[in-house]
Amino acid sequence: MATEATSSTGPSIVALLLKLRALIALAVVVAFFSVMAPNFLSASNFLIMFKHVAITAILAIGMTYVILTGGIDLSVGSIAGLAGMVAGALILNGVTLQPLGVVVYPSVPVVIALVLVLGGIAGLFNGVLVARFRIAPFIATLGVLYVARGAAMLLSNGATFPNLVGRPDLGNEGFPLLGSASVLGLPVTVILLALIALVAAFVAKDTPFGRWVYAIGGNERAAMLSGVGVERVKVAVYVISGVCAALVGLIVSSELVAAHPASGETFELSAIAAVVLGGASLSGGRGTVGGALIGACVIGVLGDGLVMMGVSEFWQMVIKGLVIIAAVVLDQLQGRLTASGRA
Amino acid sequence: MLRAEKIGKTYGGVTALDGVDFDVHAGAVNVLIGENGAGKSTLMKILAGVEQPTSGRLLLDGEPVRFASVREAAKAGVGIVFQELNLCPNLTVTQNIFLGREPTRLGATDHAAEKARARAVLARLAHIDPDAPVGDLRVGEQQIVEIAKALVEDARVLILDEPTSALSAAEVEVLFGVIGELKRAGVAVIYISHRLEELMRIGDYVTVLRDGRLIASEPASKVSVAWIIDKMLGDKARQRPRGGTRKAGEVVLSARDIALPRRGGGFLVDHVSADFRAGEVTAVYGLLGSGRTELLESLCGARNAGGTVILNGEDVSTLSLAERCRKRLRFVPEDRQRDGLFHNLSVGGNLGLSSLLAFLSGGRIGEGAERGAIADMMARLGVKAAGAEAAIGSLSGGNQQKVVIGRGLMTGPLVMLLDEPSRGVDIGARGEVFDTMRALADQGLAVVFATSDLLEAQAVADRVLVLAAGRLTADLTIEEASEAALVAASNAVPPPFLFRETAA
Repeated sequence: MATEATSSTGPSIVALLLKLRALIALAVVVAFFSVMAPNFLSASNFLIMFKHVAITAILAIGMTYVILTGGIDLSVGSIAGLAGMVAGALILNGVTLQPLGVVVYPSVPVVIALVLVLGGIAGLFNGVLVARFRIAPFIATLGVLYVARGAAMLLSNGATFPNLVGRPDLGNEGFPLLGSASVLGLPVTVILLALIALVAAFVAKDTPFGRWVYAIGGNERAAMLSGVGVERVKVAVYVISGVCAALVGLIVSSELVAAHPASGETFELSAIAAVVLGGASLSGGRGTVGGALIGACVIGVLGDGLVMMGVSEFWQMVIKGLVIIAAVVLDQLQGRLTASGRA
Repeated sequence: MLRAEKIGKTYGGVTALDGVDFDVHAGAVNVLIGENGAGKSTLMKILAGVEQPTSGRLLLDGEPVRFASVREAAKAGVGIVFQELNLCPNLTVTQNIFLGREPTRLGATDHAAEKARARAVLARLAHIDPDAPVGDLRVGEQQIVEIAKALVEDARVLILDEPTSALSAAEVEVLFGVIGELKRAGVAVIYISHRLEELMRIGDYVTVLRDGRLIASEPASKVSVAWIIDKMLGDKARQRPRGGTRKAGEVVLSARDIALPRRGGGFLVDHVSADFRAGEVTAVYGLLGSGRTELLESLCGARNAGGTVILNGEDVSTLSLAERCRKRLRFVPEDRQRDGLFHNLSVGGNLGLSSLLAFLSGGRIGEGAERGAIADMMARLGVKAAGAEAAIGSLSGGNQQKVVIGRGLMTGPLVMLLDEPSRGVDIGARGEVFDTMRALADQGLAVVFATSDLLEAQAVADRVLVLAAGRLTADLTIEEASEAALVAASNAVPPPFLFRETAA
C-alpha cells in the first residue's frame, strides 16, 4: 500500500486523462472546428447539430444498457427503419379492419404509441433469443437486423412513403411536429433526448435494475447466485434498446416528412461507436449513460464539422473509423493501467 | 435445526451422493470433511439451493423444505460462501453485499441505508472500505465480502466452503473470531476444509463423507486427527498398490527459484527449486491454493514466472510455451474439457494436432503417415474408441485423458507435466491413466503430476514434492512419504503471505 501511494501521482494523472478522454476529445473536436469552419460556433448551428446528435444519442443510450450486460444490439438501425415505415403506412394507408371492410386512420399519438410498442416487441425478440435461447447477441441481433430491414422493404415494396403530413378530414395531422417543432426555442427532439438521458442515468445509477445490469456485465454467475433474475434483466435491456430505436425511426421520418425503407442503415455502428467512445467496455460492466451522450456528441460534431469544412463523405468515413479505433486503443490502455495498478 | 435426510444426487450416470444424512446443529460449527470428490460440495450446493437432490429431503426446524434457488434458501436463512469467489469486480463492496436484495425507497436504491448496513456488518468483520471496487481488493478481503453478503441476510445457517484457502493467518484469526460470534448468536455454521488442524480447533461436530456416502458423524470431543484420516481414506489407506521400483536417471528438468507473484501481493509460487529426473514419476502434492497448478504452469511457460528453468541442460526461462514444447517439454492441463480437447475434431484429429508438421509431405498433411502414427499411439495407450474417426465426446473421461496425453507423446517429449490427470476420470479408469504415466517413466520420460489427492501421490509417484501456500515444504522419496508426513507438510503452513510486500 505504501509503495502504491508514493508512485501513484504519475500514473494517476494519466489515468485521469484517460478517464476523461471522451470529454477531452469533445473539447478538441469543438475547438478544432471553431477555428477551421466559419459559422461553426453559432447558436443556430449548435441547435442543428444537437438534432443530429439526438438521433445517435438516443440509440446509444439504449445500446449502453445492452453493452453493460456484455451484449450488443446490431438491429437498432433496421428497427428504426421499420419503425419509420410502419408510422408512414399507418398515416398514409391506415389500418384495414378486415371483417368490417373499414379503414381506420389512427391519430398521431396513437401511431407513435403503436410504433414504440413495435420497437419493444422487436427488442423482446432479441432479448428472448439472447437470454432464453442463449444465442450469441451478435448473431441474434444480426438476424433481427435482416428481418426488420426486409420487413421495412416489404411494407412498400421498397418505395418511400412521401408527404406524411396527414389529412384534416382523417384527424391524423401533426406527425412532422415531432421532428420540427420547438418549445421555448428548443427542438422537441433535443428535449426528448434530455428527458431520456436523465431517466436512463437515474435508472442506471439509482435503481436496483441498473445495478443488476452492471452486475451481469461484471460477473454473470455471481449475479445469478446472488438471486438476480439474469434472464429477465437481459430481456429488458434489449426491449429498452428496441424502444429507443423505434423512437429514432419516428424522429427521422418526422424530420423528413417521409419514410424511406433504407433509412437507419449503419445507425447501429454510430451508436456502438458512441458508447465505446464514452468509455464503456464491450465486455460489459463498465460504462455510463453520460459517457454515451458525450460519445454521441463527438461523433455528431465530427460529422457536421467535416461537412462544414467541405470534407468529402468518403474521407469522413475514414476519419470516423480512425477515431473509433483510437478510442478502443485508449480503452485497452486504461484497462492495462488499472490492472497493473492493482498487481 | 437443518436436517438432510437420505439425500441422493446423480449427474448423468454418476452418483455423487448416495443416501446421505446430515444434521446441522444450531449454535455450533458443523465440520464436513472428505477427500476431493467425496461429495462435500455437492451436499452443500443442495443445502443452499444451487442444486436439487435426486432423492431425499431437507427439514428446516422439522418442516420439510425445498429450495428451488439460492434466493429461496437465503430467504429461509441458509447462506453460503462458495469456495470460488462469486463477486462482481466492477461493483463496490456495498453494491456486491446487497446485490439482488437492494434496499429501495420509492423504487430507487436507498444508497444511504445500504451503506450504513454495509458499514455495520463490515465492522464485525474487518476494515474494508464499503466504497472500494471489489476488483481492487485482495483475495482475502474479497472472501470477507462474501461472508458479509451472507450475514446481511441474517443467515441462521451459514455454509463456508474452504473459506481459509485464500486467507492469511491474520485473516483466518478474524474469520474464526466471527465464527465464534455467530455461534454465540445461535447461528449454525457448516465448515468445510482440508486443513485438519483448523477443523480440530473450531469444530463442534465432525461429519466424514467418502465416495458420496456418510461414513461417520461424531462430536469433535470424541475425535482425533488419526480418526479423521482413517475415516476419510477408509480401506484405501491400507492398500498401497505399487509398481516395481526403478532407477531414476539424469536430471532433465531443473527449476531454480521459481517465483510467481500473486495479484495483491505475496506469491502463488514462492521461490521453489526442484529437479526432475528421467525415468521418475514425481508428484507435486498440495491442498487447494498451495500453488501446485501454478508451479506446473510456470515450468511449461503458460505463466510468466521469475526464476530459471533448465531443460536438458539448456536455459529455457525466456522461451514461450510453444518454444518449450518444441524443446520437448509437454504440459497436460487440468481442465481437459476447456483447455485440453478440441470438441470439433475426431479422436485422431485431437491426437495428431501437435505433430502435424511431422506429417507434411509436399506441403499438405500426408494422411497415410498421420493415420499410421495415430493408430500406433492409440494402440500404445490403449485408447478405447470406435476408431480414429470417432467423435472425441463419445469417449469416457479416462480415454479422453489418454488422448490428451497421447497428443503430447506424439511429439516425442522428454518431460510430461500433468495437472490433476485423474480429474473427471472415474475411479476404475484412473488406474489405467496412472499405469500409462508409470509406463512412460519406464520408457525414460520425466513425468511430473500435480495432485491434491494424498493416495494418488503415494500410489503413483516415486517421489513427492509437497507445496503449502506456494512454498516447497517437503521433498520426499516414496518410502518417506507416509500419510502423516504428507499431511504435516501440506499443513506446515507458513500461511499465504497475502500481506507481504512483493520483493520485486
